[in-house]
Amino acid sequence: MEVVLRVRRFNPETDQKAYWAEYTLNDIRRTDRVLDLLHHVKWYIDGTLTLRRSCAHGICGSDAMRINGVNRLACKALVKDYVKGERGKIEVAPILGLPVIKDLIVDMEPFFDHYREVMPYFINDSPPPEKERLQSQEERAIFDEGTKCILCAACTTSCPSFWANGTYVGPAAIVQAHRFIFDSRDTGGQERLAILSENNGVWRCRTIYNCTSACPRDIPVTQLIADVKMAATGVKVVPEPSPRFTAEKVGTEAEDAPR
Amino acid sequence: MQTHQFDAVIVGAGGAGLMAALYASRGVKTAVISKLYPTRSHTGAAQGGIGAALGNEEEDNPEWHAYDTVKGGDYLVDQDAAEILAREAIDAVYELEHFGLPFDRTPEGKIAQRRFGGHTAEHGKRPIRRACHAADRTGHMILQTLYQQCIKNKVEFFDEYHAVDLIMNDGKPAGIVAINIATGELHVFHAKAIMFGTGGWGKVWSITSNAYTLTGDGNSICFRRGIPMEDMEFYQFHPTGIYRLGILITEGVRGEGGVLINGKGERFMTKYAPTIKDLASRDVVSRAIYTEIQEGNGVGGEDYVYLDITPKTVNKFLEEAGESRRIDRDYIESKLPDILDFCRTYLGVDPVEEPMPVQPTAHYAMGGIPTNIHAEVVIDEKNTVMRGLYAAGECACVSVHGANRLGTNSLVDLVVFGRRAGQNIVEYCKQADFTPLPANPTSEVEVEIERLRNANGNTRVADLRIAMQKTMTDYVGIFRTGDGMQKAVDEVRALKEKYRTDLKIDDRGKVFNHDMLEAWELGSLLDLAEVTAVAALERTESRGGHARGDYEKRDDANWLKHSLAHLQADGNITLTYKPVTITKYEPKERVY
Repeated sequence: MEVVLRVRRFNPETDQKAYWAEYTLNDIRRTDRVLDLLHHVKWYIDGTLTLRRSCAHGICGSDAMRINGVNRLACKALVKDYVKGERGKIEVAPILGLPVIKDLIVDMEPFFDHYREVMPYFINDSPPPEKERLQSQEERAIFDEGTKCILCAACTTSCPSFWANGTYVGPAAIVQAHRFIFDSRDTGGQERLAILSENNGVWRCRTIYNCTSACPRDIPVTQLIADVKMAATGVKVVPEPSPRFTAEKVGTEAEDAPR
Repeated sequence: MQTHQFDAVIVGAGGAGLMAALYASRGVKTAVISKLYPTRSHTGAAQGGIGAALGNEEEDNPEWHAYDTVKGGDYLVDQDAAEILAREAIDAVYELEHFGLPFDRTPEGKIAQRRFGGHTAEHGKRPIRRACHAADRTGHMILQTLYQQCIKNKVEFFDEYHAVDLIMNDGKPAGIVAINIATGELHVFHAKAIMFGTGGWGKVWSITSNAYTLTGDGNSICFRRGIPMEDMEFYQFHPTGIYRLGILITEGVRGEGGVLINGKGERFMTKYAPTIKDLASRDVVSRAIYTEIQEGNGVGGEDYVYLDITPKTVNKFLEEAGESRRIDRDYIESKLPDILDFCRTYLGVDPVEEPMPVQPTAHYAMGGIPTNIHAEVVIDEKNTVMRGLYAAGECACVSVHGANRLGTNSLVDLVVFGRRAGQNIVEYCKQADFTPLPANPTSEVEVEIERLRNANGNTRVADLRIAMQKTMTDYVGIFRTGDGMQKAVDEVRALKEKYRTDLKIDDRGKVFNHDMLEAWELGSLLDLAEVTAVAALERTESRGGHARGDYEKRDDANWLKHSLAHLQADGNITLTYKPVTITKYEPKERVY
């Protein structure tokens, strides 16, 4: 099949402003990833096309971009998601709200700055036991969703509140904070909630749900933000356990399987 | 050019690099250089678990873990290193937990453990629950946790800096040259201690589970500066990668009852491993799939077979085997969610309804930069230490994996030996002086970078890379012969010549010039492809991941030894050998 790939391009060394470039690609498979199309352009048509990517199967979080106007990982977006017939068009642009450096590459530093602001690390200053700190399965289940985050920035850069005000820490940072606030072993929750109660914290969220739609890991981002909002008001919150832990138990055999 | 000075510089920010950084930064001024943001590193793609004899689920013993490691490696493992690996794994896993790693839990609240291929109780008597896990994203959790701890401890990162040279002065390591990818500027990192934790090089082959960025840069940098490469002929091919994409499908699918089916509809593993069939070790299953495809038994004559986990098929074989267990849709959905997601996303195939097309996928390098048990790089058959130089993780060869790595041991390796590297770097830096930088430390590498940036020939990087991958897949893959490997050596050398003389690069810019960097990475891959082919050709036996049609048996009398490949000044590669360290396990035939 034939796909016209439109790519928002900008080279800081040669261009005054960004522009759309069009590449007509033939012999495309319906199951090709958008990443494959971008590689095709880069490898065979124009080597100057520039993007970040690494694992190419949705785990490393390098290749978040706007595909037909919606934030996706280019390695998890397939041609068939966008083109139904024998020919069609796919539009790729950099994620919004972060400065574009070159083509599809944006400056990730503001994103990681916000990440670092929320103390995204385990805090417990009491001396650890000789073995593991104990944690019940129920305690473990309530912060599972946030641990899936790959820091791809798809959520934060889909958020109109973040577009409007880049000082807002954004959904990804709140998800990271959630992961520790609700970890029974962690003692830094109040400090994080204080940070997130400030001007640029959790109250900038207007519950628009773009983040949840954008997440390539199916994290219920808006729900996690709601948990943090509740906790920030002093309400005792027990987040919903991950569906992974609530699925019907069907025997223990599989737990034993080699992986 | 900018120059920085740190006591220690760590190249690579995966599990090994971050673990080393955490320890080194507690004692000395440390920098981490990574061509990716640290959380993009491929440690994050590891799924199943990290092996440690905690005994949380049943009685276990690190000595059993060490034995399994030695046997899994077809006795090419250095046994002192395997004992350290198994013993220190326990403390390392507790340490990860203390760092906040969210392991799954037992009903008592302890770290949950599960069974895994090759891990046994009492020296092979029965499978054991040793793999500590966090869902099927254990590697992701390790990477995130270590990065979080590095932030907490204010480790200094140079993200998106691509290391391109190891600076040597008078035979001693003095620092690293790296490109700041965002500006194209060269930076010199002057250091007392340098550690490589740069991962693997699966992109040497066509089909791989590895990320695009796994191009063996660290190994190539070292090799060009005279550091030998150990056991490069041993590379692991995992039996089940998604057809064409190489994305890994865990052994767990077969553990659940999934079976491999050829184009004739036959469950062919019964021919190759009559007892344990589809759950034979990785090297055995990969060879069986390869043989079926070569004999024209791929599906539709193509180069793939089916992996079938549909309840209909699985239950049929369970019934035939006289087992009472049956599976259904819900069971698969709850146990293999990521695999279902991958297949549905990338193949449009629902594994609950229809079989998955799979083929073996290049997965893991057992060989690499030779080190001793202190993570110090050693440079000859007498294990002479190159003071100030360290390596850990997949890029290194301790050797704990020997001729075939056991599942979960990659994660163990990087935390245990990454930690040892960090600790030893602190001790070393406290008593060592800086080796002075040579005059113009960037001049040599700058010439090569400028050559690439302005390359104006006719051959595209992608075409050269594909040609190399095809050659290596055909001749230095799962199944090898002397004639084929000789062909590979010749062809890779011809490709290297093309790389030197006829490359075509479009991007002449400085800012994020990935076009040039991909060419640079191809240079690393070509180096490692050549070393692999040369080392493999020389080894006239079959052992673990190195299987030859013309030498089908393991030959302990002549080949119970590690290879060391050295680059000579004239560009030729020579091989020397060093003995395997044997402490208590006498080599015997490997039967599961």
